[in-house]
Amino acid sequence: MTTIDADAVRHLAEAQVSVELQTEEMTLNIGPQHPSTHGVLRLVARVDGERAFDVTPVIGYMHRGYEKLSEVRTYPQITALINRIDWVSGYANEIPFVVAAEKLMELEVPERAQYIRLILTEMARISSHLMFLAAYPLELGAGTPLFFSLRERERVLDLIESVTGGRFHPNFNRIGGVKPAYGSGSTTRKQSQDLPAGFLAEASDAMARVDAVCDQIEDLVTGNEIILARTKGVGIIPREVVAAYGVSGPIMRASGVEFDLRKTENYLPYDRFDFEIPVGQNGDCWDRWWVRFQEVRQAVRIVQQAVDDIPPSGPLQAKVPKVIKVPAGETYVRAENPKGEMGYYLVSDGGQGPYRLKIRSASFSNISILPWILEGVLVPDIIAIMGSLDFVLGDVDR
Amino acid sequence: MDFLTDLFANPWVALGGKVLLVAVMVPLLALLLGFAELKLSAKMQARVGPYFAGGRWGWAQLIADGVKFFQKEDLIPEDADRPVFKMAPILVLMSTVALLVVIPFGPDLVFQDLSIGVFYALAISSIGTIGVLMAGWSSANKYSLMGGLRAAGQLIAYELPLVLAVVGVVIMAGTMSLSGIVEAQANAPIPYFIPQALGFAIFMIATLAELTRIPFDMPIAESELVMGFVTEYSGFRFLFFFLAEYANMFTMSAIAVTLFLGGYWLPGIPESTLAYAGPLILAAKVFLLVFAMIWFRWTFPRFREDQLQALAWKWLIPLALVNIVATAAFKVIF
Repeated sequence: MTTIDADAVRHLAEAQVSVELQTEEMTLNIGPQHPSTHGVLRLVARVDGERAFDVTPVIGYMHRGYEKLSEVRTYPQITALINRIDWVSGYANEIPFVVAAEKLMELEVPERAQYIRLILTEMARISSHLMFLAAYPLELGAGTPLFFSLRERERVLDLIESVTGGRFHPNFNRIGGVKPAYGSGSTTRKQSQDLPAGFLAEASDAMARVDAVCDQIEDLVTGNEIILARTKGVGIIPREVVAAYGVSGPIMRASGVEFDLRKTENYLPYDRFDFEIPVGQNGDCWDRWWVRFQEVRQAVRIVQQAVDDIPPSGPLQAKVPKVIKVPAGETYVRAENPKGEMGYYLVSDGGQGPYRLKIRSASFSNISILPWILEGVLVPDIIAIMGSLDFVLGDVDR
Repeated sequence: MDFLTDLFANPWVALGGKVLLVAVMVPLLALLLGFAELKLSAKMQARVGPYFAGGRWGWAQLIADGVKFFQKEDLIPEDADRPVFKMAPILVLMSTVALLVVIPFGPDLVFQDLSIGVFYALAISSIGTIGVLMAGWSSANKYSLMGGLRAAGQLIAYELPLVLAVVGVVIMAGTMSLSGIVEAQANAPIPYFIPQALGFAIFMIATLAELTRIPFDMPIAESELVMGFVTEYSGFRFLFFFLAEYANMFTMSAIAVTLFLGGYWLPGIPESTLAYAGPLILAAKVFLLVFAMIWFRWTFPRFREDQLQALAWKWLIPLALVNIVATAAFKVIF
């Protein structure tokens, strides 16, 4: 008969207990100064080793009070503020606001001006998405796609600059059209400033190059096993959750919701162009990457069609009074911005500035899903998921 | 000449000379490889890279960087474990320097040929990771701590395939002396990297992980852990880590070259020529491997910690064991 030593029994029992290691939980502050938080977002993560139990985002470090500031500005002044909301696609921010004002004033914007707005909006979308295509592999550790992507983005920004005078903050839209005059003062006759010579040809050329760089990025990223391993099945957002958190834009479409304000609203004449809405299937990080990637190609298609279709000449500005006053009333105009749905709820009491301007920015709603989606993920996945949401802190805090 | 020969016959003088040579080699190699990385990454990314420092091609860029590091304040965090914090970079650099000792640069050109050279090299190379763990622990920074722990996990996972991959070569050569292995390859009918292709691949993957380079740079992971275990280091101590990283690239590649690619030996070159051409041949082969490492770094993203462990335990270690069994069976049968 074998006898079991009492010591050995105790030892075995201890060994069993020690398998369940008591590890201390740690609070990890990611941000507000951190390489991957895209600005001043702060995440307070409770982590145990590599596993995060929960993550609480802390926002507001960049609050600039644009909604309140708008109440003490005139309508033409406000465009200078609002293109600083989502500075990566500054131009696209201006559109819903001026359209809202025009709607209340019942102005008819000339067709050529609408086309210019549309071309520049899509260029802003391309530049914003190229920024994402550059930054996302970098967050996963691959630095090289950044340079190819940013090079073409610079070309697109140069084109935006050649028309508007600004790379990030164009401040180009006016109520009733686009930048009406370069002559100023009461004695100078106001002249229309049109697109610079050769712009359309250069735009066409730049679009071809963007398409080419998309092929390069596809080679470098899409076929990369490690990228697939890092993004597929990571950070899945199901359809139902998308609606619950008010997530919009490419993130929503990556989860399989086929909805694009460019198809349903008429803030710009998108109905004249032929383009598709890329839709993902699983709602994981990879789908979000893929949807934005395809949207660049669709935006290229739209710009190419618009460059061909644009009326060769015509007014750029509707007739507006010298001092712009918007009739009393309220309206909500929303637009499909690169980051998602951007909307302005404009309440006017008939004065020179709005009585109240509520800004619905895409990134704010999009990052509201962070605590839900970051529950129980690994620390490297926090970065992968956060990057795939593609937010801009100016758009979050306003 | 006679005077010099007599002088170096004195073992103490010879030892001093060797130490001095190693001490000079490490920063030189680091500068060379660091500069290669700057320029090659620039080429791969459609950039120019360093351009102004030194007047032409920016050749003095890294020297200027080094001078800058000297000027920096030597910051130690208040809560840091001071002696450990100071020791860590020294330990990391020391393991690199100690590795250089056993690498044969020519038939008679080796600082010290050990009969267990392979064993020594693998053992010494893992000391660096202890330094990394010390740096991570003593910095009193959560990011550093996570980086240090990741490095420790990585060491345990990748030390095994590294050792197991080498066993195949040792079986074929029948010796553990690095010089002996090179000589065995010179006499072998086919170069070792053909029968040992699997071992070579495993060795290179494990080497990348040991060097904590992309795709295995989780201990640093700029986008996650800021700078991992080097977050709190500045100035001269940071320079130590930098030197160690690039010098380590050279030494680990040199060991890979010695084990799998014939070291200083090249077919068709007589023994007398090898005596002085050996170092050049070795360096050329090393640069091939270093180029591949730089290429990987600027092409791949990084793995996740669990994926790295899965790769090591589920793939590399079983494959390395298969390689050992196959090599041994081959050796016994033929």
